[in-house]
Amino acid sequence: MVFQGPETTTDQDVCVIVGASHAGVNCAFELRKQGFEGRVLLIDADPHLPYHRPPLSKAFLNTPLNDAPPPLKAQAAYERAGIELVLGVKVNDISANDNTISVAAADSSTVHDALPAAITYTHLVLATGARPIVPPIPGLSTATHCLVMRNASDAYALKSLLEEKQPVLPDFHVVVVGAGYIGLEAAASLRKAGAKVTVIEREKRILARVASEAVSTHVASRHEEQGVTILCERNVQAVQQDADTGVQTVVCDNDIAYRADAILVGVGVRINGELAAQAELEMNKGAVCVDAHMQTSRPGIWAIGDCTSFPQREYGENTHIESVQNALEQAKVAAKNIHLLSAAAQSNLLPALVDYAATPWFWSDQFDMKLQMVGLVGLADNQVVRVESDRALSVWHFNGDKLISVEAINSPKAYVLGGRAINNNTPVDKAKLQDGEINLATLF
Amino acid sequence: MIKVIFKTADGQEIETQGESGSLMELAVENNVPGIDGDCGGVCSCATCHVHVAQEDFARVGEPNEIEKDMLELAEDVSETSRLCCQVALSEDINGISVTVVRE
Repeated sequence: MVFQGPETTTDQDVCVIVGASHAGVNCAFELRKQGFEGRVLLIDADPHLPYHRPPLSKAFLNTPLNDAPPPLKAQAAYERAGIELVLGVKVNDISANDNTISVAAADSSTVHDALPAAITYTHLVLATGARPIVPPIPGLSTATHCLVMRNASDAYALKSLLEEKQPVLPDFHVVVVGAGYIGLEAAASLRKAGAKVTVIEREKRILARVASEAVSTHVASRHEEQGVTILCERNVQAVQQDADTGVQTVVCDNDIAYRADAILVGVGVRINGELAAQAELEMNKGAVCVDAHMQTSRPGIWAIGDCTSFPQREYGENTHIESVQNALEQAKVAAKNIHLLSAAAQSNLLPALVDYAATPWFWSDQFDMKLQMVGLVGLADNQVVRVESDRALSVWHFNGDKLISVEAINSPKAYVLGGRAINNNTPVDKAKLQDGEINLATLF
Repeated sequence: MIKVIFKTADGQEIETQGESGSLMELAVENNVPGIDGDCGGVCSCATCHVHVAQEDFARVGEPNEIEKDMLELAEDVSETSRLCCQVALSEDINGISVTVVRE
């Protein structure tokens, strides 16, 4: 990737965005849509044209080996929008006092034409995301085929392993550590590819942190029906390799061992907060604190997406959400506010900035299950489970009589109507809701 | 090669051609404004809404059940609305035109 690097004129604003995934890319395009006329630089250490992450653990794993992950935007779109895409480059540090960052090739063997050592910004947007955790379990990080799932290179590694093991896949045993969305999506894709899959989870149930019990139970039974083994309340103690046979095992409590030809670790992420910490930005539990405008504690520095801790009306001062929707909408809020400030700088008027106040939504696809969630379950004190068939159900979460979240499995109608009822604060008849025979559309 | 014309909200007519994948992917490759495909093409976000030209609709066909429900999230839904991530490129749709609903 060539750094385009034209000389910045002194009166031109420069917006540097660190991280070119869902948040960063959408921030760059939204800046242009708003009419921002300064330079926009989008920097990422990942050398691939920015791509959709959600498919990596889902459909992408079942595509041919050399297929590229679906791009967020076409290459030509960046050129046309005047967005300088600087890929394969990492940001080493921020000198917040003189508004500069220092950069270098992420891979020292790559030469970047005209890459300056330092770049001066007017606005700096941190969209640095997070990276998978590999817990310090003896033997895990050095195990044969110990994989994670976050980047294109992680997905390529798993795809090429599946390709290599194709002839022996029915006897190729993958242990997935962690039954969150990433782990379960990967488990479903691996099973579809033909591997043997065991999922090991520390909590009492799968999706314990992110879904209700009814959803966990349904999803677990569908996985088991497809031949995935799910083991809850198991702690992985070590990964061992038999010196004679070379057989690798994941050892859990009470020395129970499971053969593991490969291990996929999906136990969560650590926020990439190093740059923010080094710029002495206010942080909360590793995340970058922003206000409702997406501004950090330091003027001129913004943060968006998975790396943020932000105030949310219902969920509190330090909300942290890892999702595509959160990344996209925070990106748009930051871009609007950067443009407003940039445009106002010439007029000396203080503009009214835009607040982030979106209702969160998520989705996941596993086997033939389409999971869609809207709102956050956290504040609920009662729920209604609506069963439409043995393949379709929805769980409606209330705080008193106020609907705050809906989880839907193969019921997009519940997701759509529920989301609308949450946003409009529409009252819902719980008794009728519970009756899966009653057409949902007649309740709203 | 299958040809598709995208008419955008700002009055452009973008002629595209492709061989496989979805209409949404074709639009993204060709930088068609108003087609975001935020969810990557799994019918979860309703950001790839198009109106199929009336005369072409029979060839493209009705939305599936999930798509019909998700279209409720879109604005300006018409009788020929589709979420174009759910429309696969095939000879059947060669030469159609669609109008992008969002800006």
